[in-house]
Amino acid sequence: MLKNNLTIIDYGIGNIMSVRRGFEYCGANVFLASTEDEILSADRLVLPGVGAFRNGMDALIRLGFSDAILAKAQSGTPILGICLGMQLLFSKSYEFGETNGLGLIPGEVIGISKSSIDGNSLKIPNIGWRNLRSGESRRPWKNTLLEEISTTDEMYFVHSFTAVCGDDSNSLAKSEYGGFDLTAVVQSGNVYGCQFHPEKSGDAGLRLLNSFIKTT
Amino acid sequence: MDIKGANLIKSVRLEGLRILGQPNEFALDYYKQGIDELIYMDCVASLYGRNSLSGLVSTAIENIFVPLTVGGGIRSIDDVFELLRAGADKVAVNTAVVNDPQLITQIVNKFGSQCLVLSIDAKLNSKGKWEVLTESGRERTGLDALDWAIKGAELGVGEILLTSVDREGTRQGFDVELVRLISESVSVPVIASGGLRTAQDFVSVIKETSVDAVAIADAFHYRRLNVNDIREAAKSHGIRVRHYA
Repeated sequence: MLKNNLTIIDYGIGNIMSVRRGFEYCGANVFLASTEDEILSADRLVLPGVGAFRNGMDALIRLGFSDAILAKAQSGTPILGICLGMQLLFSKSYEFGETNGLGLIPGEVIGISKSSIDGNSLKIPNIGWRNLRSGESRRPWKNTLLEEISTTDEMYFVHSFTAVCGDDSNSLAKSEYGGFDLTAVVQSGNVYGCQFHPEKSGDAGLRLLNSFIKTT
Repeated sequence: MDIKGANLIKSVRLEGLRILGQPNEFALDYYKQGIDELIYMDCVASLYGRNSLSGLVSTAIENIFVPLTVGGGIRSIDDVFELLRAGADKVAVNTAVVNDPQLITQIVNKFGSQCLVLSIDAKLNSKGKWEVLTESGRERTGLDALDWAIKGAELGVGEILLTSVDREGTRQGFDVELVRLISESVSVPVIASGGLRTAQDFVSVIKETSVDAVAIADAFHYRRLNVNDIREAAKSHGIRVRHYA
């Protein structure tokens, strides 16, 4: 068990103050990393982010952060990607052309369908509170990020693109929009991601942040 | 939540401001009641040409863990950056993007669609059309609200906050016709604002239009209704709302 230290990667993208405050509320000692060395010395890493995939990936590469994140993932450091941060963990995205991601979780990021499963038009972005259901892996949520979450708890989503796992065993939770099951929470060993914003999901979201500290 | 200086205020048809109290005290109360999102509007910002809410925002996010949209007086990419950095999740823009629609593209390219809310203050004019007002309702633009909503969605805004100036603060119910027209014509989520008196008004605007969310100020601020009243009314009419225990 590590201490409660946690480092948020600051690459100029996203509302890091809310993520920081959410983890502090859960009792973490939060650091911000704006250099490669600060990433490499982290006990736990959080990759936040909103906006376009390519902008996010370009920033990580330009700042030299992508290699540092990959090295940390390799060495077993717990990593949590939030929203765009989760999508960046995947192999590639088709948002504004094809862009390679960090490749820590196999799969790709594609646009959410503009029509629902029964053919009605679907508003994009998907914005709002949705509950979670079991993912393709069918893994129980005990001893994971979701150990304190029930299927009636709702989380705040805001996204136009969605990740599709290349390996079902990485899919920990899904959430429904327009009749489709969208990837909500992923895990591959020490690498975790959630599409929604736990730091903006009230008490349920705080429980998830707390579980990231307690279970890793 | 309309804010002037350090105070939460409430207007009627965007005029006649009445002071209600400390914004963050109201916000924390709404958070504890299970509100889905909060909107902070600096309603004198347009007059002074800048938004002054970043201090209030950074205090609010200490204890409030739901999305926060901040609007009023946002003129540039730098203004957006400052508010996001203070802890806002989204910014709402009106006057500046009416004057320069390219600012929408610039904000979207830099921060993403999800962080940009197009705020449209619409008022019925003598020709029976809804016209866009800017500068907190002080300036007419000649711009048709429907045309502007469609253009805004095309330019990439993530949501539209649609306020009926005729109904704002009047407790006469939503302008269902306006909300229907806009919400059925754009592919992005629309939030209806202005006029809610009863929980039934909430039910009606959801049932009779394609609107995605409802903004409530007056009814909550004066404690005529609370969040649970709305939630219960929604459930009894089969409207899906967030489960909140």
